[in-house]
Amino acid sequence: MIEIENVRKSFGQLEVLKGINLTVEKGEVLTIIGGSGSGKSTLLTCINGLETIDSGRIVVDGTDVHAKGTDLNKLRRKLGIVFQQFNAFPHLTVLENVMLAPVKVLGQSKAEAEAMAVKQLTHVGLGDKLKVYPSRMSGGQQQRMAIARALAMSPAYMLFDEVTSALDPQLVGEVLDTLRMLASEGMTMICVTHEMKFAREVSDRVAFFHKGVMAEIAPPEALFGAPKDADLKTFLAATH
Amino acid sequence: MFSYTFHWNQALKALPQMLDGALVTLQIALLSMAIGLAVALALTLFRLSGNRILGGFATAWVEIARNTPALFQIYMAHFGLGSFGIHLSPYAALLVGIAFNNAGYLAENFRGALKAIPETQTRAGRSLGMTSLQAFRYIVMPQMLRVAFLPATNQMVWAILMTSLGVTVGMNTDLAGITQELNARSFRTFEFFAIAAVIYYLIAKAVTLAARLAAARMFRY
Repeated sequence: MIEIENVRKSFGQLEVLKGINLTVEKGEVLTIIGGSGSGKSTLLTCINGLETIDSGRIVVDGTDVHAKGTDLNKLRRKLGIVFQQFNAFPHLTVLENVMLAPVKVLGQSKAEAEAMAVKQLTHVGLGDKLKVYPSRMSGGQQQRMAIARALAMSPAYMLFDEVTSALDPQLVGEVLDTLRMLASEGMTMICVTHEMKFAREVSDRVAFFHKGVMAEIAPPEALFGAPKDADLKTFLAATH
Repeated sequence: MFSYTFHWNQALKALPQMLDGALVTLQIALLSMAIGLAVALALTLFRLSGNRILGGFATAWVEIARNTPALFQIYMAHFGLGSFGIHLSPYAALLVGIAFNNAGYLAENFRGALKAIPETQTRAGRSLGMTSLQAFRYIVMPQMLRVAFLPATNQMVWAILMTSLGVTVGMNTDLAGITQELNARSFRTFEFFAIAAVIYYLIAKAVTLAARLAAARMFRY
């Protein structure tokens, strides 16, 4: 369970998170929508401790992420994250990209890590690209590799930060299909996204962020069907 | 006017001796590069550590190595340290002096290469649970070495040429040292130094070519 309690975060003068309260249960798929600069991506990087917070608390399975003495490296093993930029490691093949962390961080044997990597890469449809370098692949393939790389750590939660935003339109579908597959398998996911149709389909709940505030959170039918917040109505009207 | 008579035979007879010297030259250059690379990596980590003392130390090293004559650096290793009772042989002093110089230039070279690697690479590594040292070791460093590889070959060539400064601290087993001694005995200055120059040139070219081939093999991505 991820518990977010009254989290505040500023970059200089700009307060990007103004007291966020949110709980994500095991097995839940939560999507976060909202305009640019609404704080949604920042929240994700606060959850895995890449960003600090100014006040409040984020607790993952009982571990306070930002408490002194928390072993963030250990915590991050259970929090997979995929970014807008694919961040493929260009000097490693696809297989090596996925095997690196399980070997170096989890201490798995090469054989063990390779078996896991092949399984995850096959799962995201890259079983035939094992020996290829990322520069030879499309953005959609690189992004699916990044997903497999995160999954190879056997995380309990997956965080997706606008993973289709840097893709050419014709490549968005293959990445969203991968996310749909994970959701249907019961993976606990928080997806920051601009893909409304996708959010509507896969989410248990959808949260709308506006100017650092979570203005509304509801199951997709309610949020998209009968929005209450005025800013959400404007936002939805603009995206349709 | 032009009354010098060439005596190439005498010089060519000494060729095997000079080639033995060339091996010593190559050995010093390679060792100094190996030490220089290791130290430059350490200096790079010092600079990245955020620790002011370590960072200051690294900056001081780079500044001195790059902004003082290599000749002085080798002199210091021999006569300078000698004043404090640390006596290095000409060989060791030459090696230390060139390694000091190499480390400074290579560290600066690495700093430039690091700028070519996006910060998001480190973030991706940290997100997978790596420590900052692991992210550097497995993700950033290999990419940095690739960017820095060809500029580093220049330093290797420079290291080969710098070994000739060893004559100033009494080095007499490398190519320059042997050439100097042959010259002192025979006064066939032009012939000996011309042959030595050709040998330096060929070593430098061979190293550059080998580096290009190695790069093509190593960096396939």
